[in-house]
This record gives sequence, C-alpha cells and structure tokens, in this order.
Amino acid sequence: MIQFFNVSKFYDGVKALVGATLQIERGEFVFLVGPSGAGKTTLLRMIWREEVPTRGQVYVCGRSITRIKHSEIPALRRQIGMVFQDFRLLQERTAYENVAFAMQVIGSGRAEIRRRVPEVLEQMGLKDVAGIFPRQLSGGEQQRVAIARALVNKPALLIADEPTGNLDRDTAWEIINCLQEINNQGTTVVIATHAREIVDTLRQRVIALENGRVVRDECEGAYANAT
Amino acid sequence: MPMLPKTCGYILQESLRSLKRNGWLNFAAAGTTAVSLFILGFAILLVINTNFIAGSWESNVEIMTYLNDGVTGDAITALRAQILAIPEVKDVQFVSKDEALATLEQQFGQNGQLQESLGGSNPLPDAFKVSTTDPREVAGVAYLLGRMPGVDQVRYGQEVVDKLLELTYWMRLVGLAIVGMIGLCSIFLIATTIRLTMFARRREIGIMKLVGATDWYVRWPFLLEGIILGAGGALIAIAVLFFSYSTLAPKIMEALPFLPLMNSSLVLLQLFAGLLAAGVGLGVIGSLISVHSYLQT
Repeated sequence: MIQFFNVSKFYDGVKALVGATLQIERGEFVFLVGPSGAGKTTLLRMIWREEVPTRGQVYVCGRSITRIKHSEIPALRRQIGMVFQDFRLLQERTAYENVAFAMQVIGSGRAEIRRRVPEVLEQMGLKDVAGIFPRQLSGGEQQRVAIARALVNKPALLIADEPTGNLDRDTAWEIINCLQEINNQGTTVVIATHAREIVDTLRQRVIALENGRVVRDECEGAYANAT
Repeated sequence: MPMLPKTCGYILQESLRSLKRNGWLNFAAAGTTAVSLFILGFAILLVINTNFIAGSWESNVEIMTYLNDGVTGDAITALRAQILAIPEVKDVQFVSKDEALATLEQQFGQNGQLQESLGGSNPLPDAFKVSTTDPREVAGVAYLLGRMPGVDQVRYGQEVVDKLLELTYWMRLVGLAIVGMIGLCSIFLIATTIRLTMFARRREIGIMKLVGATDWYVRWPFLLEGIILGAGGALIAIAVLFFSYSTLAPKIMEALPFLPLMNSSLVLLQLFAGLLAAGVGLGVIGSLISVHSYLQT
C-alpha cells in the first residue's frame, strides 16, 4: 500500500527526512512516533503528495508519487482519508455539510450524498449533531466529524496526523477506538502521534523517527525503545 | 480539457457569494475594465470612421488640375486636347473659376454672402477635372498633368487620404498603448479581487484539494467571478459608447456635412461583441493568474 525507498527531503539544507525506507501493507494499523520535528509530518505529506522527496522513491497505492501527473493527484487523494490535529472543519457549515462537502467536491450525485452522509454520521455516533456547527461541538465530536469526512468517500487508507493532540485523555481514547474500528473494517490506518500511553497500551506496529531517520520499526512496539 | 463539474449550481452560487463579499474591489476591477474597453472602443470607432471617410474620399479619383491665371481661350483648348491624349484619361471636364465659386457658394455660403465678403473678385483658378480609367492610374496621370505648361497645381484625393491614413496610424499606435496600459491595470485589479476571494476561502480550497477535488473544480468559481467582472466592465463600456455615439454622430454629421460618418449598426454590433469578448478575456486572464499561482502544489 505504501512504500518508501531511501527517501530524503531537504528544505533549504535542513534535513527533514534522511534515507527513510519502510513498507506498509494493506489493512495494517501503524503508529508513527517521534519527537516534534523528527519528520513525521513530512513523511505523511508525501503519502498524499503534498510534498515530493528530494531523493528516493515513494509509492502509494501502486503509483510513484514522483512520477504521477499533476492531473492524477486528485484520483490518488480520493483513495486517502486525512485527519488532522486541528480538525480542519469549515466553521460556517454544519457537521452534515462538512461531511457532504467532501462528496460534493469530487462530483458525487445528490442522491448518493443523501444516502451516504447519514450512514457515516451514524457510524461515527454523530447522528444527533448533524445540523450543528463545529463551534458548538466538543473537541471529540469535531474530530469525529473530521473522521466521518475522511471516510465518506470510502478510502483504502486513512492517515491521521496527531489526531488526539488537542483532546483530553478520555476523548483521545474515544478517537483511537474509532480509528481501530475503522481498521477492523479493512481500512489501512497510519497515525502519527505523541500519545505514549495509547501506543504502549495497544501494542501495534510502531515506526519511530528521530532527526529524520527511521530508528525503529517493531511489530508489537511501544512508544519508547524497549531496551 | 476544462470540464464543467456536474454541479453548476454550486459554481454559480460560490461566484455570486464572493462577488457580494468584496463589493468595492469588484467595482474598481469592473470600472477599470470599463475604462480600458471604452478607450479601446473609442479608438476603434475613430479608426473605423477615418477609414470610412478616407474610403469615400478615395473613390473620388478625380484629379483637379488648376491652371495658371493667364491661361485662356485657345491655350485651354490645346491643353484639353493634350490631356485627352494621355491613354489612361477617361474624361476631362473644364471647370471655370465662376463655376467653382458657384459650387462653393452652394456648399457653404448663404445667399450671396460669400461673394459679398470677397468683394466681387474671384480668387479661384480655372481647372480641369480629370478622371482616369482606373483609380490606380491616378498618381501617374497626376504627375504628367503637373508637368504640362500652364498648369499651376495638381490635387487629387489620394494626397489627403494619405495624410489622413498617416494620422490614423499614429492615433492607432497611441490608442493601443493607452489601451494596453489600462488593460494591464484591469487585469491586475481582477487578479487582486480573485486573490482576495481565494484568501477568504483558503481553508475550503485546502480541504477541497485534500479530499481530491480536481483543479478545474476549484478553478471554475474563480474563473466565473473573473468573467463576470470583465463582462460587467465591458457592458458598462458598451452602454456608454452606444449612447454617446448614437447621440454624437448625427450631430457631427449635421455640423460637418463633408465628413461622412459610419452608421452601420452591423459594424457597431460587431465592435460591441468584440469588446464583450475582450472583457471576458481580461477576466479570464486576471483570474487565471491568481488561480494558477494558488494551485501549483
């Protein structure tokens, strides 16, 4: 599903990523951990082709992101759902409209939108807040709206960049459980996180980055090195 | 190929929403476009009319051959025969100084005032009106006529026409330069308007791109906004041009009857259609400049 071959990214001489090689298979649940500035976000942004590597090759869903045509990027991104720390919801639209927006902009039909959006809202437990604006929702609800928006187009891959960074402990668990549930239904999930407790409890695959290098890749890993 | 997404309603709605949002800037952008296109239209009308006047003068290919004062009687007959001997000459008509004065009186004078003011004398010379078999022979024939004895001066339409065309050449050049500069201003203002709209909607655009909207889907509302601004400016220019031309042209023709003005509504229609297209073009260029720089990543 995702392959990085010896990928480096330099910004004006600053090394954001150095020789990263990794592979993520379909259906996996992966934590990407490491201190701020370790290169997690850079790595994620390459997956949806917001960045291109300075050196090396990245393949996502079988396509090389360095060779993909500009006009083919939308098709690539439609296979990827994205969730961010700051939710990135449109404040002047309701929860329902925020989710529907993701379908509108890729040209889905009205009937399909009317069928699919309530389905996803229900799945995320947001049925009762569909007509409410983000401002009036709790942080956890806002993030679930964002996840619903990421899922509404049925992506094969869900990427979350610090999805629990702005949330309290209980709400963070709620969101992580959501993401696990999504993974159980077959979607590949990649989460960049600082949440040590969550990573240590779940014992999933952990890829650790430090100073732009992959320093650890363990199957049932913890947040910090076991030794 | 720029494909319109299925949801045309969305595009229109978004364009109108942002048009409402930056009211004054819209006004400035459309206004500058209007000024630029008004000058363009004005210059084109000027050129069309000078060409029209030149054309009507040019078709008068008669060569006026003015004679020296002392040439009379037999000399005139001899000269007439000599002129007719030129193979390219079709017809020669003698215009005496009295006839010339009478014609002038008819054109400009009122009830003998002209003759009165001249104090009874006639400053006009005798002349031959020479026409050629082919308008292209005019210059050659005029040259021959000028070298004949007793001929003072040779005048034909082409001279005036050449001067007129030289004048329009410069007018065209200056007009184009002005239109170019103001056109650039209008593109710049449209681009700025669109950029502001895009800035106001940057979060939306960011999300659109993340969830995989195509560039054209993002582009269309802004393109439409630019087109509306450009076309709006063009319509203002067209309205002003139409009303000023349709009121001024008859008055000019009344005051200066020897200046035939173009009054074909077909030509006007073509001009206005062209201006509208130019306005739309300015709008498209302006918005594409802003959108292009925004959609690069």
